[in-house]
Amino acid sequence: MAEDRTTAVTLSGAELRRGPRTLWSGLDLEIRAGEFVAVLGPNGSGKTTLLQVLLGLLPLSAGSVRVHGAPPARGSSAVGYVPQQRSLDPLTPLRGRDLVGLGLDGHRWGPGLSGRARRRAQVHAALEQVDALDYADAPVGSLSGGEQQRLRVAQALVGDPTLMLADEPLLSLDLARQREVVDLVDRRRREHGTAVVFVTHELNPVLPVVDRILYLVDGRFRIGTPEQVMTSENLSQLYRTEVEVVRVRGRIVVVGAEDAPVHHDGPHAVREEVGAR
Amino acid sequence: MSTTLFLLGEGFVRQALLAGAVLALLSGLLGPLVVGRGMAFAVHGTSELSFAGGAGALLLFGAGAVGWGALVGAVLVALVFGALGLAAHERDSVIGVLLSFGLGLGVLFQSLYTGRSANKFGLLVGQIVGVDTGDLVSLAVTGVVVVGVLAVAYRPLLFASLDPTMAAARGVPVRALSVAFAVLLGATTALGVQIVGALLVLSLLITPAAAAARLTASPLLATVLAVVFAEVAVLGGIVASLAPGLPISPFVAGIAFVTYLICRVIGSLRTRRRASRTRVPSSSTATSTSSQSALASQSPRPRS
Repeated sequence: MAEDRTTAVTLSGAELRRGPRTLWSGLDLEIRAGEFVAVLGPNGSGKTTLLQVLLGLLPLSAGSVRVHGAPPARGSSAVGYVPQQRSLDPLTPLRGRDLVGLGLDGHRWGPGLSGRARRRAQVHAALEQVDALDYADAPVGSLSGGEQQRLRVAQALVGDPTLMLADEPLLSLDLARQREVVDLVDRRRREHGTAVVFVTHELNPVLPVVDRILYLVDGRFRIGTPEQVMTSENLSQLYRTEVEVVRVRGRIVVVGAEDAPVHHDGPHAVREEVGAR
Repeated sequence: MSTTLFLLGEGFVRQALLAGAVLALLSGLLGPLVVGRGMAFAVHGTSELSFAGGAGALLLFGAGAVGWGALVGAVLVALVFGALGLAAHERDSVIGVLLSFGLGLGVLFQSLYTGRSANKFGLLVGQIVGVDTGDLVSLAVTGVVVVGVLAVAYRPLLFASLDPTMAAARGVPVRALSVAFAVLLGATTALGVQIVGALLVLSLLITPAAAAARLTASPLLATVLAVVFAEVAVLGGIVASLAPGLPISPFVAGIAFVTYLICRVIGSLRTRRRASRTRVPSSSTATSTSSQSALASQSPRPRS
């Protein structure tokens, strides 16, 4: 049990193949409680797939994965998930508190008639944590992208998770909203010791809070602190081309990686969305 | 008026009212999910195939088999639609293909049928004299099954319908629920085809739920309202059709439509009031797909 408290995720010798392609192999990673790990890399490098493994939606091809000392279980309330920001349909017949409530028990069977008061209190607490009580009763489709994403964070927090998985939650948010979402996640892990695996294209919005980086490129990877991983030498090896890492005013700029020849099997070879299977 | 009162005392009218009440309950329960999943066209397609099934059963086995034929047709096609999942554009074209084929088959069966013409006409526009005791039994069974399945699976179904990505991430079997929902929908549609007719099933499965969605974003309240609206439309439609001796479907559709219009007006008045009350419009960057377009949309735009 002691291991359960301090270790959120253990991957050892983990390998994932999709058809003939190996997304990554020999991946050893231990994520401690309260640790913030950013997962970086180009499209198709298996970042989302890693989250699918941790959610228990996809088995490893080889090696082992443990979440809180046990194999990942689908729908576990110990794991919270924040999806990409994608604006909800304006006519979606849900209020903010309904969306959060679905995160709590939307996967449960049965009429759910008992424990209504406790449920209401939990949803309220989650909305409070992300400061979304003001618009909790508005239709979700009428809210801005930033407000919707706050609700998504509340939806992930409502089950009181000890591991939080976020899949590009900052995409299409402006800089101020990006910072708000990062601050919410950071506060959560500091106050509750929730481990965070944060998949992102851009490192800079999370750079101030990140403990370690997992950088995946075409089957190769590096793990370490931002200082250790984000060097010209490392990234040049990962991308197998000349890449320069420049530090400007506390930001890290990577030059050359965007036109690196990264292997792709076409847009459908690797599904970038957890729901699409 | 006196004609109406006289007819309300008749057994067949009472049976029709009972059947209508059950149908409206099921429609109201399923309607918000249909609207949430964007399946209005699928309902229409299902009802046309249900019509073909009913017409085929009428031709081959006589009037007593219509209910079963309608059920088989509806459930078969619902399974196809359910298996297609939520990919809207592909789904719509497949529905169009099946719908027209089903309608063609139905017309063929009806042309070959030489019995009472009321039996034929009823499948398209609805009839209340057609409800007999046997139908009531099958109606009650369908009702209990649909309500029972909803009681067990309502939360995952709602989750999978309105927030499919997240539901899948939480381990909800989105695909299987899509098929299960289609079967419930097919069974309800088959009942609707026998009572209000294939052409106007939508007025019960879509209109009340669409009206409710204009008034509230709470799924629970929307469902309650949809049931109430559907009951008013069906029971009101049946009673109103008695004296003139016309088919019930125009009355049902008419009442449902007026309800919808009223809810739309109330809903838009409310939205306008809310918009004038709240602070600056904060949704300018909500729907942009990249940070670039987010920046672009912040640039000053001429206001008309």
